[in-house]
Amino acid sequence: MTGVPRVVIVDDHGLFRAGVRAELGTDVTVLGEADDVAPAITLIGECLPDVVLLDVHLPGGGGQAVVSAVRAAHPQVRFLALSASDAPEDVIAVIRAGARGYVTKTISGPDLVDAVRRVAAGDSVFSPRLAGFVLDAFAASPGAAPGAAAPSFDPELDQLTPREREVLRLIARGYTYKEIARELYISAKTVESHVSSVLRKLQLSTRHQLTRWATERRLA
Amino acid sequence: MRERTGLTARRRAGRLRAGRRAGPWAADAPPPVPPADAAPPPGSQLRAPDRWPRGPRISGPLRRRREGRLAGGVATGLAARFGLDVRVVRAAFVISALLSGFGAAAYVAAWLLLPAEDATDGAIASRALGDRRGIALAAGLVSVLVVIMLIGTALGAAWIGSLAWPGVITLAGLVLIWRNADPDEQASLRRVARPALDLAADYPRSRIWARAAIAAVLLVAGLASLVAGHPRRAALLPLGGLILVVAAILLLLGPWWVRIARDLVTERQARIRAEERADMAARVHDSVLQTLALIQRRADDPQQVVQLARAQERELRGWLFGGRSPGSLEGQATTLADGVRLIQQEVEARHGIPVEAITVGDCPLDDAVSALLAAAREATVNAVKWSGAPVVSLFAEVEPAEVAVFVRDRGRGFDPAAVAGDRKGLAESIHARMARRGGVATVRSSPGEGTEVSLRMPRLAGERAAGGVPS
Repeated sequence: MTGVPRVVIVDDHGLFRAGVRAELGTDVTVLGEADDVAPAITLIGECLPDVVLLDVHLPGGGGQAVVSAVRAAHPQVRFLALSASDAPEDVIAVIRAGARGYVTKTISGPDLVDAVRRVAAGDSVFSPRLAGFVLDAFAASPGAAPGAAAPSFDPELDQLTPREREVLRLIARGYTYKEIARELYISAKTVESHVSSVLRKLQLSTRHQLTRWATERRLA
Repeated sequence: MRERTGLTARRRAGRLRAGRRAGPWAADAPPPVPPADAAPPPGSQLRAPDRWPRGPRISGPLRRRREGRLAGGVATGLAARFGLDVRVVRAAFVISALLSGFGAAAYVAAWLLLPAEDATDGAIASRALGDRRGIALAAGLVSVLVVIMLIGTALGAAWIGSLAWPGVITLAGLVLIWRNADPDEQASLRRVARPALDLAADYPRSRIWARAAIAAVLLVAGLASLVAGHPRRAALLPLGGLILVVAAILLLLGPWWVRIARDLVTERQARIRAEERADMAARVHDSVLQTLALIQRRADDPQQVVQLARAQERELRGWLFGGRSPGSLEGQATTLADGVRLIQQEVEARHGIPVEAITVGDCPLDDAVSALLAAAREATVNAVKWSGAPVVSLFAEVEPAEVAVFVRDRGRGFDPAAVAGDRKGLAESIHARMARRGGVATVRSSPGEGTEVSLRMPRLAGERAAGGVPS
């Protein structure tokens, strides 16, 4: 991905959309804004942006409704979840629906531009908070007893490797990818691939624990 | 955003409680050596040709292990070095201790002579050599033991004599360990001795009277029967001799023993006083000194200064007259996640700098975890006050063997070696507070690079087995 990424902002607060637009400045082309699920789907279908900045909470069904609706028709459109609410179940739901990353609304302007660029380039963006949620979601043991483990348990998808865990921990501790690479003596590209692999597991895992985790939180 | 975090933290706690009861920390990344209390890995028992259950083997010199120890980590160390099951090693020590006393002596000697796996200054014995008071104390207690054994032998119980050497080694060794071990090893020694100490401390007064009465009855009865055995008075002669010898020994060594006992008491009191002082200094620093520093910085905003002063006054009164310690989360939080959230709210409210707080897992607050939180709070306050960073990261994770908290900022950083001596924050409120409970604090910082404080507190074996949250 070269050049200036083209972006659509979806958020139900006009003031916030204006704020984001100002923060992004000229580093990013903002194609349009939408304030709800249905207009967002139409707008994205019309202008096919590189990246959609998506609020997790929308009046008409939440961010994941937009992701699921658009991804079927336009898989090349990438989503970056942006939220003030930290309810883990919502964040995980949007990521599982297909968003490439999650940042909190407290993020600074330059960091946000950087995150948009990375998502546009096909990388993923993990905020410390998302890393914490993921560690938590994958920490619980898969299946109560070894004998009674869920039959669908797939160690390839349903478990993080120690290295991935280490990377997530450092993200949660506030390290940037570059600092993580230095800390673990690996390249920044390798850090990126670990994070992408975590994202893939998060999206593809049918892990009993993970789905139950999300539903339990929703019900709680 | 913050209103919701509280809710989720509580939800998370509930969820984890339910989840972990179902299955403890399985599957992902098993530690290289399972804790000693855990069963040996399935299959190893089937494969092993001999009858002993075997554990994983660790090469390198023989060291005392910290992981999974009950007392000094000697048995765990031996088991790990020779690939035995730790339970077999423990059983061997206990049985040989009961049979001849040799097991106890060997254990204590090993505790004294083997360095711990992470020790930087060698074995406890090397430190004990320079501890003259400790050696004198050990010699005094050993002399008491020898006298008791002499009396026992004189009374015809020859078997007591066979216990002499193991007894002497065990007693002297324990005294030296007690005086020279690291704080966290002392804590484990205390844990082993606690049942006996509790028994002595909680002895009801009425029992003492009952004991005195029974002793008096026995004494009178014994004297009466001695006098009644008038015709065979010759039998009393050796007894008289024994009494004379004991009296002589008491006359000779008695004052020394009394002085040792008195020294012991004073020393214990002094240690308690020193610890109280350190605790108090840490608390005053965390609350009053921090607020004063804050007031100096906000001197141009009278309203805020008044507000700060009032809040501090309330807190100080609560501590002095209400017994509620400042900086402690006592009574406000019951779990680690709650505590982290409170730190976040308090620091954000007081200093106006956002704290990105993330908790993975949860556990109930005990003494050690509370100390960890107090240190974490201090580290967070330091970061927002001194670093100049726009945001501070606070990350807490509950792992099977320990609870870890990391406080990181991207601020101006400092040189930890160049901190002035009267700056109590790092030394007292963080390092010493962690060390008193067996934890470790490390600070990584350099000017311009920001700072990260890592705090690690080991969890007690019992809690670990229960998967963190007792049901």
